[in-house]
Amino acid sequence: MKIHEYQAKEILRRYGVKTPSGIACFSVDGAVAAAEKLGGDKWVIKSQIYAGGRGKGGGVKLARSLAEVRLLAEGMLNKPLITPQTGPAGQVVRRLYLEQGVDIQHEYYVGIVIDRRRQRACLMASSEGGMDIEQVAASTPEKIHKILINPMTGLSDQEASILASKIGLPASSQLAAQTLLKGLYQAFDENDASLLEINPLIVTSDGQVLALDAKMNFDDNALFRHPDIVALRDLDEEDPTEIEAAEHDLSYIPLDGNIGCLVNGAGLAMATMDIIKLYGGNPANFLDVGGGATVDKVTEAFKLMLRNPNLRAILINIFGGIMKCDVIAQGVTMAAREVELAVPLIVRLEGTNVELGKKILAESGLPIISATTMADAAEKAVNAAA
Amino acid sequence: MSILINKNSRVMTQGITGKTGQFHTRLCRDYANGQQCFVAGVNPKKPGEQFEGIPIFATVQEAKEATGATVSVIYVPPGFAAAAIDEAVEAELDLAICITEGIPVRDMLRTRYKMEGRKTLLIGPNCPGIITPDEIKIGIMPGYIHQKGRIGVVSRSGTLTYEAVAQLMALGLGQSTCVGIGGDPINGLKHLDVMKLFNDDAETDAVLMVGEIGGTDEEDCARWIKDNMKKPVIGFIAGLAAPPGKRMGHAGAIIAGGQGTAQEKIAVMEECGIRVTRNPAEMGKLLKSVL
Repeated sequence: MKIHEYQAKEILRRYGVKTPSGIACFSVDGAVAAAEKLGGDKWVIKSQIYAGGRGKGGGVKLARSLAEVRLLAEGMLNKPLITPQTGPAGQVVRRLYLEQGVDIQHEYYVGIVIDRRRQRACLMASSEGGMDIEQVAASTPEKIHKILINPMTGLSDQEASILASKIGLPASSQLAAQTLLKGLYQAFDENDASLLEINPLIVTSDGQVLALDAKMNFDDNALFRHPDIVALRDLDEEDPTEIEAAEHDLSYIPLDGNIGCLVNGAGLAMATMDIIKLYGGNPANFLDVGGGATVDKVTEAFKLMLRNPNLRAILINIFGGIMKCDVIAQGVTMAAREVELAVPLIVRLEGTNVELGKKILAESGLPIISATTMADAAEKAVNAAA
Repeated sequence: MSILINKNSRVMTQGITGKTGQFHTRLCRDYANGQQCFVAGVNPKKPGEQFEGIPIFATVQEAKEATGATVSVIYVPPGFAAAAIDEAVEAELDLAICITEGIPVRDMLRTRYKMEGRKTLLIGPNCPGIITPDEIKIGIMPGYIHQKGRIGVVSRSGTLTYEAVAQLMALGLGQSTCVGIGGDPINGLKHLDVMKLFNDDAETDAVLMVGEIGGTDEEDCARWIKDNMKKPVIGFIAGLAAPPGKRMGHAGAIIAGGQGTAQEKIAVMEECGIRVTRNPAEMGKLLKSVL
């Protein structure tokens, strides 16, 4: 799960991480009022969308008067923002974050990720802030410093200060940096974050260490113990089909092709997409119905897929292990009748009672194209969609 | 021989009284030598009770002492599953197999840390389990699709592994052991660990390795294979068509920051001399061709 920058900063401030003063706002008038309340003579207006690269897309702007705040807010609110991460249609900006402008002396990068190979949380920092960290990692990997964190003891003072000096933070700011780094890790750990990025972390001309941007993602598997985080979720930022799928316990990801896939198991679902491509087709979605593949789930899955105007065929690939193929076949025929399926349906069943399952499909009177192997299914689906 | 488990393994079920635990303990007990193998259950609230003749103990330690079980299979719900693994490690079991899907990463980071230097091996979590066909099945895979043979299978997924096994069986190739290492980012045995065991197993002639997007386990394994493996290995990597930044069902199946793509994994595997098929319908066929 993702949250907005201003929400991440609210969390981080609770852990002693310093940020510029800021106010979230949802209207142009609100933005002007926020600027007045913050005071000062320059403000940064930041579009709040989940996608990164906001600066590059013109979603972060500096205003030097209240009139300019109004003008810029009008230009941003309720307009789509296109960044390198949003796709060509962009994402509509519904929230703004107004921050007091600060004098930046130097920009750094700090991030915490899960290092899968080392099976630890990893704190990364670099003197090259404000840039795409993946580019820094590719071109100058020596400028990225890492610490693997002991999950039982957390980040120590010593580790924090070593990292701060490695990225060249001025000596006078090191104590502040140490507090900030420890606060970041504590926030990451206690909230079950899966990613935390401060890019940039800045030192101001008066020596303060501030998180100028903040990005936090959370481990979906841990949300059950963080109702406060779940409450921050902004459904406007998420794909409505994915949200609905999740409500029915389906794992669904829309793609840009025209062959719908309904598969049990994540690995087999990916492999099904792969084989469709291999045979010259294009999958319309990833969909894992899980082990069950009950009538309800298959019906919901059909409904989700049929919303796609480009859909030309549906391929069902089920390996019935514990769940028997005849039960699945019954579910598929009932679901197909309920949604009055109008696109060709290619079904490939394998596993327990497969012959019985095929018989049910054949005798259903529905225009179902039966397939034997995955290759056979893919070929038939690609032909049907052509 | 087989790897990790055989008909002499003695197994306890942690979470034996839950719906999933009951259902699969029954199926495992009914498979091959299961009657002898599944000897204990654990539930702190129900010591002294039984599940269809299998005695239930309050702790893993007590179950081990009373029955001699040294392997545990875990069906405990996600919020408590890491603690169940910790208990198996504390009791110094040989092997814990965690089927549970949805354990928080934070919990698994701590569990993995506590396992360092300890004896217990972990399979999973979020995995189908492990089977040595015609001897013992520990987990949720359908037993009947398997048959004893000389091919080792290691995979991060469930149904895709069944698919691979079905393809092997269609060509008359049985399996020595099939290990589902699971789809989570923080887990126990990796492809590499299982590959080493297959390499040393006198009853395994070749290995089918099924990977997917996310992480670098397949690459690490491939590099080891290049210098050490004495047996043919073939592979398939799921997710060539997967978009970046999206979690494809499994918690660990995500291309993050340009890393963990199927393209990259396949390239490294092929550089290391491993034959990789792009066609998931041809895993069995490719394996047969290298025998």
